[in-house]
Amino acid sequence: MSVLVNKDSRIIVQGFTGKEGTFHAGQMIEYGTNVVGGVTPGKGGTTHLDRPVFNTVADAVSEAGADTSVIFVPPPFAGDAIMEAAAAGIKVIICITEGIPVQDMVKVKAYIEDYDCRLVGPNCPGVITPGEAKCGIMPGFIHRQGKIGIVSRSGTLTYEAVDQVTKAGMGQSTCIGIGGDPIVGTTTKDAVELLMNDPETEGIIMIGEIGGSMEADAAHYIKEHGTKPVVGFIAGQTAPKGRTMGHAGAIIGGAEDTAEAKMKIMEACGIHVVKSPADIGTTMVEALKK
Amino acid sequence: MNLHEYQGKELLKSYGVAIQEGIVATTVDEAVNAYEEIAERTGSKFAVIKAQIHAGGRGKGGGVKVVKSKDGAKETADAILGMMLKTPQTPGGMNGPGKLVRKILVAEDAYVPDFDSCEEFYVSILMDRQRKQNVIIYSTEGGMDIEEVAEKTPHLVHKEYIDPEQGLLPFQARKVAFNLGLSGKAFKQMSKFIASLYKAFVGSDASLFEINPCMKTGHDDIVAVDCKVTLDENALFRHKDLAELRDLDEEDPTEVEAKNVGLNYVNLDGNVGCMVNGAGLAMATMDIIKLSGGEPANFLDVGGTADAKRVEHAFRIILKDPNVEAILINIFGGIVRCDRVAQGVVDAYKNIGDIKVPIIVRLQGTNADLAKDIIDKSGLEVHSAIQLQDAADLVAKVLG
Repeated sequence: MSVLVNKDSRIIVQGFTGKEGTFHAGQMIEYGTNVVGGVTPGKGGTTHLDRPVFNTVADAVSEAGADTSVIFVPPPFAGDAIMEAAAAGIKVIICITEGIPVQDMVKVKAYIEDYDCRLVGPNCPGVITPGEAKCGIMPGFIHRQGKIGIVSRSGTLTYEAVDQVTKAGMGQSTCIGIGGDPIVGTTTKDAVELLMNDPETEGIIMIGEIGGSMEADAAHYIKEHGTKPVVGFIAGQTAPKGRTMGHAGAIIGGAEDTAEAKMKIMEACGIHVVKSPADIGTTMVEALKK
Repeated sequence: MNLHEYQGKELLKSYGVAIQEGIVATTVDEAVNAYEEIAERTGSKFAVIKAQIHAGGRGKGGGVKVVKSKDGAKETADAILGMMLKTPQTPGGMNGPGKLVRKILVAEDAYVPDFDSCEEFYVSILMDRQRKQNVIIYSTEGGMDIEEVAEKTPHLVHKEYIDPEQGLLPFQARKVAFNLGLSGKAFKQMSKFIASLYKAFVGSDASLFEINPCMKTGHDDIVAVDCKVTLDENALFRHKDLAELRDLDEEDPTEVEAKNVGLNYVNLDGNVGCMVNGAGLAMATMDIIKLSGGEPANFLDVGGTADAKRVEHAFRIILKDPNVEAILINIFGGIVRCDRVAQGVVDAYKNIGDIKVPIIVRLQGTNADLAKDIIDKSGLEVHSAIQLQDAADLVAKVLG
């Protein structure tokens, strides 16, 4: 078992024939991911990487039975691509694109609420269920099939955690890169909840950053409903306080924004909080023994 | 991207938002001419001279002054232009060096003719991350520090959330005006002000509008007396005209240089420089520097393609900081191959030549062992590590 993606997922790539899409779709296929085709408007009917290309996501759904999409479309068009996927009936939409305007995402978020789908990202490394499906840009070889679920807002820091888990002799059930943008489809709490309800996941690693209240929300959920050990780390303990959002942002951000405040909340909610990012793997091993 | 007050006001005006009118000047002569024009237009001898820098609290440092004669305008313009203006928001605050004032705004005095009948409000618009909706925040307590108002009198801070699919609805604009205690002409003007302001916010892809104060004049007009505008950099591709408003003089020159070569760099006060791929790992690396007894000298994300050229640029930028006593390079190779990065480090090191500070290189991921080999055999004074903890220990060691 796993969450979001597995060997039976029928995956398409939006922005399939572009440079990024071509490279990463190639890597996904090489990993053994069930990529059933791709979408590039205007190139429907051709083949790319030995897979069919469709003009629309709707075509990919009706002709190839697609249920999952990985989006590599450039920022100006990525919001539209997400909405197209939702409208076509895609269930899991993973958007890798970095740099989508915030106001586009405000609209996208409201639009997709009317559909039965889950968005992961944007601005994320994607989702991987080791040995089954790699849907994103993460290096496949550092992963190993196992029972630790990982949730993270960052790319390379997730790889770091994955690597430590693998080196500690464990593996991963599913790793979910939720993305670093102000608006993301799946929050830390959403991802933790998925893993908490996954019978094959035995422990969860939750990696956060300064800014926003997603980690605090997840921590409160874990306190109420947690049944598995959770190891947590917040990057940015030494980051200076930003003034970029001015006064008005601080009103909404509140005091739960800093790394210190988040770590305190997480600790109070029973999460094994590590101060050093080098201790993530070993702490998970210890937590599972208890 | 932040705009100057005068740029922000021009943007608002283009959407029909009433503003305190003014003319921007970069020399004393221009300022005097501007004063005369404003005086003629308003029929009043009063005008306000405002320093244009990217920081709030300008009045506290003497950057905003009322003048009431041509001579006064000349004197004040001369004093403010070229001054190092210190505000609570400039680097180092009121005790820091301040920021050089290159431009001033000569504006009409919106409080004339009847100061006592003016009322100051607070209005801002931003995106609420939790609700994932735009929100208008407003208060009767204008002209003050809104954080303080929110803390001491939270009931005086109101919020109006905007449905992304409907946009701002007329009743919402009316609600804002009613809650600010307005009636008659001022009520109508405020409803219009809010509607235009929201249109401007969405139309310019802004991430923050802060109008403080937003004022009801003696004539019951509503005008933006000051404004802070921050635009979403990711949306500038569809606002070429707004992108041109960027004032590089207001940004850290090293950060600008880094940006031009595709590096994301933020200068900090510490003694250990770092070069990392990925923002999250970069922040985590700063944390580990601190845990090892150092202080991070910077945040530097080299991005997804850490090739030799970028590594060299990054080196040069970090080495500009005289406080740097050691450099930690932390790369997790995924798509990027560690051996290539290692070669980049060796080449950059040789190209730059005279590097006097110890360098710790931690390369993990694709071809990490090969990379360590390249570093170890290069004959350079570079410490290599594969595990993050080993790198942390090396930092502690070189700092002694």
